[in-house]
Amino acid sequence: MFAELACSLRVLVASLSVCVVVYGSAVLGVACVCAPWTRQGSLLERDGVVIGSELVAQRFTRPEYVWPRPSAVDYAADASGGSNLSPAGGRLRARVAAELARLDATSARPAPAELVLASGSGLDPDLGIDAARWQAARVAQARGVPVERVLEVVDATSRALGPGSDTRLVNVLRLDLALDAAFPMPDARR
Amino acid sequence: MSWTIPTLMFLACAAASVPLGHWLAWSVDDASSGVRARLDRALRLVGGERALRPRDWRGYALSLLAFHAVLFTCAALVLTCQSHLPLDPDGKADMGADLAFHTAISFATNTNLQHYSGEVALSYLSQLVVVMGSQFLSAAAGLAVLAALCRGLAGRDSCGSFLRDTVRVALVVLLPLAFALALVLLACGVPMTLDGAAAATTLEGVSSTIARGPVAAVVAIKQLGTNGGGFFGANAAHPFENPGFASNLVENAAILLLPMAAVWMFGRMVASRRQAAVVFAVMSLLTLSLVGAAAVTEHAPAAALEGLPVASAPNLEGKELRFGSAAAPVWAVSTTATSNGSVDAMHDSLNPLTGLAPLAGMWLNVAFGGVGVGFVNVFLFVIVAVFVAGMMVGRTPEYLGKKVEAREMKLASLGLLCHPLLVLGGTALFAATAFGRDSVLEHGAHGFTEIVYEMSSAAANNGSGFEGLLDDTPAWNIVTGLVMLFGRFVPIVLPLAVSGWLAAKPRVAASAGTFRTDGAMFGVILAAVVIAVGALSFLPLAVLGPVAEHLAPR
Repeated sequence: MFAELACSLRVLVASLSVCVVVYGSAVLGVACVCAPWTRQGSLLERDGVVIGSELVAQRFTRPEYVWPRPSAVDYAADASGGSNLSPAGGRLRARVAAELARLDATSARPAPAELVLASGSGLDPDLGIDAARWQAARVAQARGVPVERVLEVVDATSRALGPGSDTRLVNVLRLDLALDAAFPMPDARR
Repeated sequence: MSWTIPTLMFLACAAASVPLGHWLAWSVDDASSGVRARLDRALRLVGGERALRPRDWRGYALSLLAFHAVLFTCAALVLTCQSHLPLDPDGKADMGADLAFHTAISFATNTNLQHYSGEVALSYLSQLVVVMGSQFLSAAAGLAVLAALCRGLAGRDSCGSFLRDTVRVALVVLLPLAFALALVLLACGVPMTLDGAAAATTLEGVSSTIARGPVAAVVAIKQLGTNGGGFFGANAAHPFENPGFASNLVENAAILLLPMAAVWMFGRMVASRRQAAVVFAVMSLLTLSLVGAAAVTEHAPAAALEGLPVASAPNLEGKELRFGSAAAPVWAVSTTATSNGSVDAMHDSLNPLTGLAPLAGMWLNVAFGGVGVGFVNVFLFVIVAVFVAGMMVGRTPEYLGKKVEAREMKLASLGLLCHPLLVLGGTALFAATAFGRDSVLEHGAHGFTEIVYEMSSAAANNGSGFEGLLDDTPAWNIVTGLVMLFGRFVPIVLPLAVSGWLAAKPRVAASAGTFRTDGAMFGVILAAVVIAVGALSFLPLAVLGPVAEHLAPR
């Protein structure tokens, strides 16, 4: 039995050195050459400061910004996760009710579902285009511009979900950067 | 909802699985030339003559157990000492003993059940060696077992060498496939870096830490080898593991590819493509029925929103928008039918009835199943099915020209009973005691389903979870650790014994009275046996959990 274990150990170490060291280095090497920006996490900078990753949602609470979907982990990009609540349960209903109050949704102006339902990762960077447009009035008022101009920025930032899809998504961080660029806020708010 | 793309994905996987199955069979073939000869020489150099020596089923099983014991020990050592080892830019703490026990078993058994969150608890070295290393080797081990089983069924004298099969599958098939997939993932935007977490200041001026790491390399083999252990806590729902529509599609295809190919590998090795085609058809039918059911139930809005001012939409809790609305049900079934266990939506937040689809996938555990071992499970059902068919025609049942008698039938039944015993026994223990009651997120029927899901996932070596469960407790870690161990090795060793016994029997010539196992009739009987055993064993759990929650008044 000892000989069996010793033989297994030698084979294990050898195969790990190929599957981990050789394979890992090869993928890393290709990444360094071919994907220098995305391999570091698609980080966006403004004025020389890293403001986040294009792929990862961040918290927005100010009225002049379009807000992302709610996050069960409070947008912690180092501790992802969903709420794991039952979609038929009272706890989810209570959380959604609080969210609806924050969004000022009424039965005359119901909120889009993704603005009250949290994503699986807690870091979903996107919104459906309708959910972004739904917030345009608040953004326009806070920035003191006509709502049509905000809608134009929303539409220009949007992209199709997949090939041949009618659904359009908006990356919230990209959109908010575009809003800041198009309608700068007075410096005091920065 | 567009079904064109998922349909095309399934068809493409099915088409690609045929040559891939032949490639798998080629990689473990006794013939030794070219790259295979070089690997054999390297293996002799590293492990000596012992590593190449062909063994009977007992020797093969012993070699397999020894290899996994060593793999478990190394993994546990790395996890418990990671803070003293290199490649730890974010200063992760050592893992506690019970969690390390659970995690090391989980990865050695190809389960990848995680009671920790990757970006919080693991150093890059642990991610690369324990997670990624085991993902290659445990997947290869599963396919090696299938190779041994097929050799027995083909009537060979020996089962072959476990170490030789494992190394050949890992290096000849898994390594190039994973490398190709990793490149596709890089192109989709998946990170690949050894730098620590990135610091950022958000547009509203709050500082934030963005975890990252060598993600592309890990995710590639995680999806291919029915592993499923996520680099991040949110698994494939995390934007860094799965940045968009394209990556989601490719990863979902990767989940299905090798489990499908294993069926054709069997066909090639026992020289009967028709036998493989029958099994492939039954498995496809089971998988597609589950996808269809899940798609219908998940299209309903979340019941908790009734009467609130929310625009009508399918249930979006726990889902990412960038994958599209068809993604969650297709993935949820793919990942549980094949024993992969990665998730791109939180299963705990699926509509109550949708939760039944992944549960059913794990209960049956044969609708493709884990790489290699999925087909080994099917083999047990095949033995039972030929026995049932033999009873009907009043002849001693035969399979591939060998008589199936009482001894084989007893062992096959034992193998099949192991799975429900682990699931039901484990669930009973945790549902009846504070171990389980204190760890559920939601009480009532949903909490019960959380317990059932965790046990089913451990016993089926799946690895997905109803993640609301607070499962990092000594009780959960130790019990599910043991469940994974038995759930992995009992259904490996028993079929190996059966195939070893069958190999030793004389071949009987087929006659007009022989019940053919390569036709549609046998497919129907096989499907009936699978469904009957699954339904009879697990129906009470389904009724007490998801069905009760669905029907409960609100």
